[in-house]
Amino acid sequence: MHSNTHHTERAHPEKPLLQMKNIHKSFSGVKVLDGVCFDLKKGEIHVLAGENGAGKTTLVKILSGAHTDHSGDVYLDGALVRFVSPSHAAKYGISAIYQERSLVNSMSVRDNIFLGKEKTDLLGRMNFKQENDLARHVLQQLGLDIDISRPLSSYPLSVKQMIEIAKALVNESKIIIMDEPTSALNTMETSHLFEIINELKKNGHGIVFISHRLEEIYNIADRITVLRDGKYIGTSVPDRLSSKNLVKWMVGRELKEQFPSRTPFSKKKSSVILSVRDLSLNNKSISFDLYSGEILGIAGLQGSGKSLILHSLFGTFGKPDLGHMSLDHREHMVKSPAKSIQNGIALLTNDRKNNGLVFDMSVKENITLASLSKFLKWGWIQKKKEDFVVSRMFESFHIKAKSMEQTVSTLSGGNQQKVLLAKWLMTNPKVLFLDEPTIGIDVAAKHEIYKLMNQWRDQGLGQILITSELPELLALSDRILVLHRGRLSALYEQHEATQEKILRSAMGQCN
Amino acid sequence: MQLKQTKFSKNLILDLMRISKLPVARALAALCFVIVLGMIFNADGAFFKWDTHRDMLRHISVFGILACGMTLVIITAGIDLSVGSILGLTAVLFSLFTIHLGWPPFFAVLICLAAGLSCGFTSGFVIDRFKVQPFIATLAMMVFARGIAKWVSGGQKISTAVLQTDGTYQYVEAPPVFNLINSKIFHENIAVVTLIFLGSILICWLVLSKLRWGRHIYAVGGNEEASRLSGIPVTATKLLVYGASGFFCAVAGICQAAQELQGDPEAGMTYELTAIAIVVIGGTNLLGGTGGIGLTFIGAMTIGYLEKILSINAVGEASRLMLTGVIIVGAVMFQKYRK
Repeated sequence: MHSNTHHTERAHPEKPLLQMKNIHKSFSGVKVLDGVCFDLKKGEIHVLAGENGAGKTTLVKILSGAHTDHSGDVYLDGALVRFVSPSHAAKYGISAIYQERSLVNSMSVRDNIFLGKEKTDLLGRMNFKQENDLARHVLQQLGLDIDISRPLSSYPLSVKQMIEIAKALVNESKIIIMDEPTSALNTMETSHLFEIINELKKNGHGIVFISHRLEEIYNIADRITVLRDGKYIGTSVPDRLSSKNLVKWMVGRELKEQFPSRTPFSKKKSSVILSVRDLSLNNKSISFDLYSGEILGIAGLQGSGKSLILHSLFGTFGKPDLGHMSLDHREHMVKSPAKSIQNGIALLTNDRKNNGLVFDMSVKENITLASLSKFLKWGWIQKKKEDFVVSRMFESFHIKAKSMEQTVSTLSGGNQQKVLLAKWLMTNPKVLFLDEPTIGIDVAAKHEIYKLMNQWRDQGLGQILITSELPELLALSDRILVLHRGRLSALYEQHEATQEKILRSAMGQCN
Repeated sequence: MQLKQTKFSKNLILDLMRISKLPVARALAALCFVIVLGMIFNADGAFFKWDTHRDMLRHISVFGILACGMTLVIITAGIDLSVGSILGLTAVLFSLFTIHLGWPPFFAVLICLAAGLSCGFTSGFVIDRFKVQPFIATLAMMVFARGIAKWVSGGQKISTAVLQTDGTYQYVEAPPVFNLINSKIFHENIAVVTLIFLGSILICWLVLSKLRWGRHIYAVGGNEEASRLSGIPVTATKLLVYGASGFFCAVAGICQAAQELQGDPEAGMTYELTAIAIVVIGGTNLLGGTGGIGLTFIGAMTIGYLEKILSINAVGEASRLMLTGVIIVGAVMFQKYRK
């Protein structure tokens, strides 16, 4: 604690690498940033925290030249600058890695790294040798041993993330902005990323890091700045800001605990609602039971087949090769998503943008999407009935929208996730599969979703939970099933599970 | 008091801004712009006569009927290039059945509609089952249907001149169904084809906004994978829209045959482009998931007036085509100008 305080005090007289003063920004009359200040030193990791809609992304977009119509001053190495475009900011050594990635999947790794900054001679001829050497050098620096001539699409997401960083390094960036870089990474990949970020820090890069995960913030931050509703709330070193206070800064009120309390689960009182026998996955078979009123967690590294299990049971890929499944003591033949929904299975997918929501549709239309047959009479939609039922759902889920006619694309991540949950609850499921139900959403919304899950648990719904956030998995699951390469490697009761045990089983070590 | 006044006017401005962002407002603005053009270049008052408007509606009806099916297809993020060819095919079939073979009109209409429907279903099946891109699948259907039209007609126009066994041509009376479809009713005030067009619009409106199928069409266009995982019958939805498009092509083909008093195997060339232009000018996005049939109606009127104004002012064909191109781009750019 002492050394850290010292560090900041000693660093104080140093000229900051970056200073943003009194930044204001509005979108069509609505203030999104209201007098925000932010600074960054050389070799520092400065975490920008806040709920969705707090203005973090807007602030970094101003810094990287993506938004230009703001007021307020930006100083780089003490000199006043005003960026007119992202490429202008890049010239000053600022690179941003946004949530939406700026990579071209069909192009090779090398071409991606040099996209827009190709090494050419005066006649425009490509200098492939220089590009190859530089790309290899940078990737080596990142500890990445991959074939740079292969198309990017042949690599997993975690590698793509590294390529984004490689792009920033090739650009000789002094400041690297990372907007939720870990949201799609698992624990191992995240720790690898953190090693690299720490390496960059040692080399004198300044890093702006946006994250929603408290654990992660404390793991990596040198300083934390919190925004709320577009306003600057405060800056602190992590040791002086307890996680309780951090949440209070972010949410504006105190959340009593990160995870809501609940009654313990007892197997004896409930019965098996879903039983899976010898389900085959990549030539390996798996069997397990789900009890009513239970939340069964599934843990495993990326590629362990977690999501695959849920999708196979739901019928995303049609009929599975082998395996029996009984739902509520009746044989369930997996055939198609439509059939599974009819039988009382619901699957919340982990990617609300690509296979969850229909973004152009309204909140209402999304909520009734999977249960439209309930509102039909001779094929006609009974709009009054639909409005009535959805408005009750809308209120009980506390969805923050102007009305249920608003299109979902304009909602925040947390509210979109609530719409998805509402959609699946509308189908009256007997079992609910939740694949990353809290991905990319803020602390308050997470808390509400936890409360909903506990509420359904008390009502006897069987739930299967997949999440890459281990604390969440440990707090919410009654039992935890750990997978290693598609095989069941361990099963823990809630009281006996720890992060270490789960990680060890996930990596295939027997206890 | 002063304060209230400004607050009110500010709200009004905000409301107007909000309304101006609605696709319907944009489409109507484009239409109004064209109408104002017509009022300025009114060709010595010709633009203010009802006959001009009636003829415009009559002229645009066949294209409008094609655009109805096209709207459904485009909302599912697809495209149908085969509409012109299917129109040609059904025009040939209808003329052949009624003029040459003397079939009862009811039966001929039924067979033509079935032919259009099966062409559409075939495209839909190829697109859904074999995952062929709609552009390619309907391009193939465009060529194929044109081929059938030429094969059935022997490359000749099927007209009221019927070849006799002795090698001479004899002119026969056009069947009454032709006159019926080609007539104007309500004291010559509105054409029957226009009524058929309005009926097509009404059917599409019912499907899109009242029936479950409409919801499915928007959902599939907005996010196909999410729709499938929500239990929506994606295959059936695609078959439905391409089938419907083929059906409307047949309706348009019958109207075309009646208007021309013949079945031309070359009929409907480049009509697919006009139909797409109507849908796009209306404001339905080619990316799918948004738009509506009301917009297509406005789009049809816009294109209709545009062509009418150019023709009553006797603008030469070369300038007409160039101007039409410029105005289409202008109208679409105007609609895109949102962010």
